[in-house]
Amino acid sequence: MNVSKLISSLEDGDPLVIEGKTSKVSRRFFMRSSALAGGGLLIGFHVMGKSKAELELLDENDFVPNAFVKINSKGIITIMAPNPEVGQGVKTSLPMLVAEEMDVDWETLIIEQAPLDINKYKRQVAGGSGSTPSSWESFRKAGAAVRHVMVKAASNKWNVPMEEITTEKGFVIHKNSDKRLSYGLLAKTAGDIALPEEVTLKDPKDYKIIGKRLGNVDSKKIVTGQAKYGIDTRREGMLFAMVARPTFGKKLTSFDDTAAKKVDGVKKIVRIENKVAVLATTTWAAKKGRDALKLVWEDESPLESSSGHQEIFKKNILLKSEKPIRVDGDIDLAFTNANKIIEAVFEAPFLPHAAMEPLNFYADVRDGKADVYGGTQTPERSYNEISKALGIPKENVTVGMSPRMGGGFGRRLMVDFSVEAALISKEANSPVLVTWTREDDMQGGFYRPAGMYRYRAGLDKNGEFTAWHMTATSINEENSARENSFPAGAVQNFRVDSHNLKSNVSIGPWRAPKHNFIAFAEESFLDEIAFELKKDPVQFRLDLLDRAKANEFGKKIYDVDRYKAVVKATAEIGGWGKQGVNGIYKGFGAHFSFNTYVAMVADIKIENGKIKVVKVYSVVDCGRLMNPLGAEQQMEGGIVDGIGHALFGELIIENGVAQQKNFNTYKMIRMADAPDIDVRFINNEASPTGLGEPGLPPIGAAVANAIFAATGQRMRKQPFSLQIASGA
Amino acid sequence: MVFLSSGYYPCIQIRIQTFLKMAAYSLNINNQTYPVEVAADTPLLWVLRDSIGLTGTKFGCGIAQCGACTVHLDGIPIRSCTFPVAAVKSKKITTIEGLSPDGNHPVQLAWIEEDVAQCGYCQAGQVMTAAALLKKNSNPTDAEIDAAMSGHICRCGTYKRIRKAIHTAAKKG
Repeated sequence: MNVSKLISSLEDGDPLVIEGKTSKVSRRFFMRSSALAGGGLLIGFHVMGKSKAELELLDENDFVPNAFVKINSKGIITIMAPNPEVGQGVKTSLPMLVAEEMDVDWETLIIEQAPLDINKYKRQVAGGSGSTPSSWESFRKAGAAVRHVMVKAASNKWNVPMEEITTEKGFVIHKNSDKRLSYGLLAKTAGDIALPEEVTLKDPKDYKIIGKRLGNVDSKKIVTGQAKYGIDTRREGMLFAMVARPTFGKKLTSFDDTAAKKVDGVKKIVRIENKVAVLATTTWAAKKGRDALKLVWEDESPLESSSGHQEIFKKNILLKSEKPIRVDGDIDLAFTNANKIIEAVFEAPFLPHAAMEPLNFYADVRDGKADVYGGTQTPERSYNEISKALGIPKENVTVGMSPRMGGGFGRRLMVDFSVEAALISKEANSPVLVTWTREDDMQGGFYRPAGMYRYRAGLDKNGEFTAWHMTATSINEENSARENSFPAGAVQNFRVDSHNLKSNVSIGPWRAPKHNFIAFAEESFLDEIAFELKKDPVQFRLDLLDRAKANEFGKKIYDVDRYKAVVKATAEIGGWGKQGVNGIYKGFGAHFSFNTYVAMVADIKIENGKIKVVKVYSVVDCGRLMNPLGAEQQMEGGIVDGIGHALFGELIIENGVAQQKNFNTYKMIRMADAPDIDVRFINNEASPTGLGEPGLPPIGAAVANAIFAATGQRMRKQPFSLQIASGA
Repeated sequence: MVFLSSGYYPCIQIRIQTFLKMAAYSLNINNQTYPVEVAADTPLLWVLRDSIGLTGTKFGCGIAQCGACTVHLDGIPIRSCTFPVAAVKSKKITTIEGLSPDGNHPVQLAWIEEDVAQCGYCQAGQVMTAAALLKKNSNPTDAEIDAAMSGHICRCGTYKRIRKAIHTAAKKG
């Protein structure tokens, strides 16, 4: 965020709203900030390492012990939230770690989105459910270091040993002399105290904040319309832009903008690569201008269709790949010796990300400098790619993160939209906010790839499950499979083959990449094997897990005991064992992903030929719970999202064009289809894992297996709803 | 507003050749009068967001399918993304920013209490519809809530908490 520009665009008395911080702009503020930016003042001892944007946010009296904390002259404590917030809750949960070790009062804190600074924050990414595990240690240490400085400052001031000083809710306390001082007051004298090399972290039994049910720090802003998303970016002189982009396989030959130029409010029209951007005074004018462009496209590569992909998938799944992804034992021998081989093929459609906030990005590229701002799950990647695309050295590129993002689900891990905004701004020589319509967003690619997954299982004459063979094929994935998921490690003959179909349809990570569909396929197939062996599906899994524990059947990435614990506990709370009571049928699914163990029981009903998921029970082992409330939310969200996509989600490509363009044809789950959910967590002390993704993968299979229990029909293709409707 | 006073909005120029030329409207939004000059077909959403700077009302689909853009027109929830500004006339518009003076509408308080929001993007629209529902029906059943909220999409999947928050707000009245 270019704060100096923001500040200079404001007038005296205008409200200055920098995330988490509202104050009246005063000339004094501006001058102080400017003086600071010029390096005229020194705060504490760590200021030298601060980025320009951060310096401009600072007040000369702020005490900034490290990159995570600042205490202003009034004693107000701000904790920085460095990770992008897409709805996964890290803006709440990660500052909790700092606050815990710092010993401050959560209710009085300000939480602020930190700017991009990899040197300080190391990992500023919202992806792979990785924020939690990567921050658990470092954020607590950062908080403990500040606490140390405060205790040391008090020790100096009172001339008492540090060991006699305790801390509580933002105060240092010396019981013996009945002294008490706030961090805010101490901050004024703490500036000379060096951060400790090593800190001692709290004993978890002393936690006061970690483990507490704390609400979203931005709740109030969200429900009053004050929360700012990238799409809300407004800067002086900024134009709104809409872009005409090619569909898959097309290239722009020429365009006629005569009609577009006549639209009131249209200011500039620029071409970048294969795109034409219309810049106007409002988003609506930009859209009308964009829609009025006459564009001539030509085929650059063959136009593809989903049906064509499927034909190739069908051939691929019958072939072994040159290099199998995983081989344990010898499946060929096992299949030769098998008494019975069962087989099933699962089909996944493309899925768009459909985050509720359509893609958008702000860019101001003028005079050899690039200032970009918006919602990105990977600010660092935007930073690198924009520098490269524009040929502007990195030191002249600033990437700001919006305080919140209206979802990402992986789409905002891509940087096409931020680079595009920068290129448009450069070409138009104007600050610009590029907004995508829903149609642009849904047709814009980087989908969850379509794929086909063939499974074969060998059962020997004793009814033992002895071989597993998965052949995966999807679009633009070097490895289309997930080769190490359970039952890998539990079956002596285990092979995974993978085929890649190169396509001009772009694909990308989508909430729980590959797990999102493959968990459905393999957990459904396990249900099929159990049925064939006349075993209870839950007991069948538990037996397999025992086998995995007792034997060395190749690589095993999961802990058997933790896996078994969630399976057992879920069966228990989910009332496993009885089918058809009051028309309710139950299905089971479990999956280990992103170091998290999740099992689910889905209760369904068939009403008028439609699937109704009534209730979902789930037990999760994600290590220590940082914020149980946030954890519940993530699980509920993953379950609802997973049900919605399993029942309704499908994007079809025809001749390079996505056929579903908006929510009238791309069906999303709505309230009436969302079940009641009972989520519980295994209480343990393992390091916490992230929950943005693991809640989604198991639910598809739990629902599919319940549908089988209810109807005898196997769901091997998503979305399920279409098969029910057509009776296929 | 900084944005308007900076004077870059060149709304004054009128072009005869375009059939949808700029026209002047006086809008009553959150009990304040806002003069705007925009094309008559401009959806109210973009007038709120781009011309006036009230960005709490969100753009989600542009075709009245997701509900993110919901505002009240004389107390009735409408989809501002497909509602042309010319049709507003003298009717009173309430946006999320004006639902209550201090964010203390029972629905807003219930949303915080039940910790509904994940990404939060769709919630302004959900809150507006929920507030309108409770005005009409002070104690809705689950089925009535589901029906009233059926025009909204939340990809984070917060539906269960929304339903609960509406019940909580109903109790608070």
